Amino acid sequence: MSEKISKDTVSHVSSLAKLELTDKQLPYFTDQLGNIMGIFDSLNEVDTNDVEPTFSVTDQINVMREDVADNWGERDQLLQNAPDVADGLIRTPTIIDESGD
Amino acid sequence: MNFETTIGLEVHVELKTNSKIFSPSPVGYGAESNLNTNVIDWGYPGVLPTTNKGVVKDGIIAALALHANVNQHPHFDRKNYFYPDNPKAYQITQQDTPDATDGWIEIDVDGKKKKIGIEEMHIEEDAGKNSHGKNYSYVDLNRQGTPLIEIVSKPDIASPDEAYAYLEALRQRILFTGISDVKMEEGSMRVDVNISIRPYGQKEFGTKVELKNLNSFNYVRKGLAYEEKRQRQILMSGGKIQQQTRRFDENNGTTILMRVKEGSDDYRYFPEPDLPSLDISNKWIDDINSKMPEMPTSRRNRYINELGLTDYDAMVLTQTKEMSDFFDKMIELGADSKMASNYLQGNVNAYLNDKQVDLSQTEITPENLTTMIKLIENSTISSKMAKKVFKAITEGKEPEKFVNDNGMVQLSDPKKLQPIIDEVLSNNPQSIEDFHNGKDRAIGFLVGQIMKQTRGKANPQVVNKLLMASMNK
Repeated sequence: MSEKISKDTVSHVSSLAKLELTDKQLPYFTDQLGNIMGIFDSLNEVDTNDVEPTFSVTDQINVMREDVADNWGERDQLLQNAPDVADGLIRTPTIIDESGD
Repeated sequence: MNFETTIGLEVHVELKTNSKIFSPSPVGYGAESNLNTNVIDWGYPGVLPTTNKGVVKDGIIAALALHANVNQHPHFDRKNYFYPDNPKAYQITQQDTPDATDGWIEIDVDGKKKKIGIEEMHIEEDAGKNSHGKNYSYVDLNRQGTPLIEIVSKPDIASPDEAYAYLEALRQRILFTGISDVKMEEGSMRVDVNISIRPYGQKEFGTKVELKNLNSFNYVRKGLAYEEKRQRQILMSGGKIQQQTRRFDENNGTTILMRVKEGSDDYRYFPEPDLPSLDISNKWIDDINSKMPEMPTSRRNRYINELGLTDYDAMVLTQTKEMSDFFDKMIELGADSKMASNYLQGNVNAYLNDKQVDLSQTEITPENLTTMIKLIENSTISSKMAKKVFKAITEGKEPEKFVNDNGMVQLSDPKKLQPIIDEVLSNNPQSIEDFHNGKDRAIGFLVGQIMKQTRGKANPQVVNKLLMASMNK
């Protein structure tokens, strides 16, 4: 984990997140992310050899709700928070279908 | 060179729960845009998902229906991708610990039976829906969070016909569990397909090509058949198959290149921290198992072996669970199996086709249809009268009452028929003579007269018998 994060990795991750970083921003964010990853490095100092992997930090299991529908009636408020709306739909710039899905 | 084909199918089935998988918003097809959404569906900061117990239950039901091993300790994972129909920028799915593994279903292609393995199946949430206008796109998040089960086949499918049969068998089994409508046209069943070919004897699989836009089982079969041929031609002429995604063109039945795949998808999966793990008890599984509806294959065997129906009849009656349940109910009420089968396949199916409705949307009940069949069997009504009675049944009327109210009861009692026959005969001495001179048509005329006297109510078989006896005296 202590491997230093590279510009290439930051560039790849930003393109996955559909973010365009300028040539100036790339080293800036690479340094920043490197520092953040450095904090995680301190976790590596803990000996976890005898610890079972876990998927959750709580010790709760089987927290489920019954299958009962409840419409909270939030549509209009939620749409007010959308940047642009038309006929009850969220309006966005034209989506270029890259995935083909 | 001879090639063998390997087909993989990933089928998404939308569950018919009341509420979404991680929020209580209602699930439903065709609601007003964004009406069935709340802050959780929109992925607002600070909201927490809660697992819908009904979805976990449906997952177990699907696993049992597909002979798969239920994973008793599943957890959810995040699949990260950025797209406008995916407001959280991740989809909650099961990557490490699928809901169930190692299942199978049996298919039948031209009488040849084969088991097709199911690699795994997992539960996940659906995304919203994008639509595209002139200068803008539009997002409706109603579908966001609708529960899905994705079912991944093993590479056991070796031809387009087998793929078709697999989809049919899978659709039917899921349909009979009642957990989904499995309708391709409404998107509650979606199929992703990949296909590769390799020379016989080669160990490694060939390069996979993915097919999109397959909106019916028939298109799946056609698209695969085209693709099989296309790949064969490339390999025969010494070419190489490229890893690509192709689109099925329904107008001319070909596939068209959409994009070439480079590298694998990078979804950065990690365990979903907002949802506690699940611990599914044996007791819960056993309980669900004990309430599982009988599957179509078992019903077909029962119809053939116990009720003496033909393979064809059994197949038609098990097209939908509704029809099969309806038939079972009729048998339970004492209807003759062959007659019940004939009426369901004939009059009832014709009526459903004509009105474009499902059985449950009609007034026809197993009780009324069974009563009608019994009325035919004990000669109370003729099969000709039954047509009118059937129409009454479709209007929700009770057959016995309808028959009595309309004076339709068939006249089968010889004591009542004989005087009428005698009268007709004494009025038509010429016809009797004609008959004895070998003119068979005379009989038809006499039967007609008797029918006229009884206003069509006389039982033709009884009339014929009595008439012949009287004539030959």
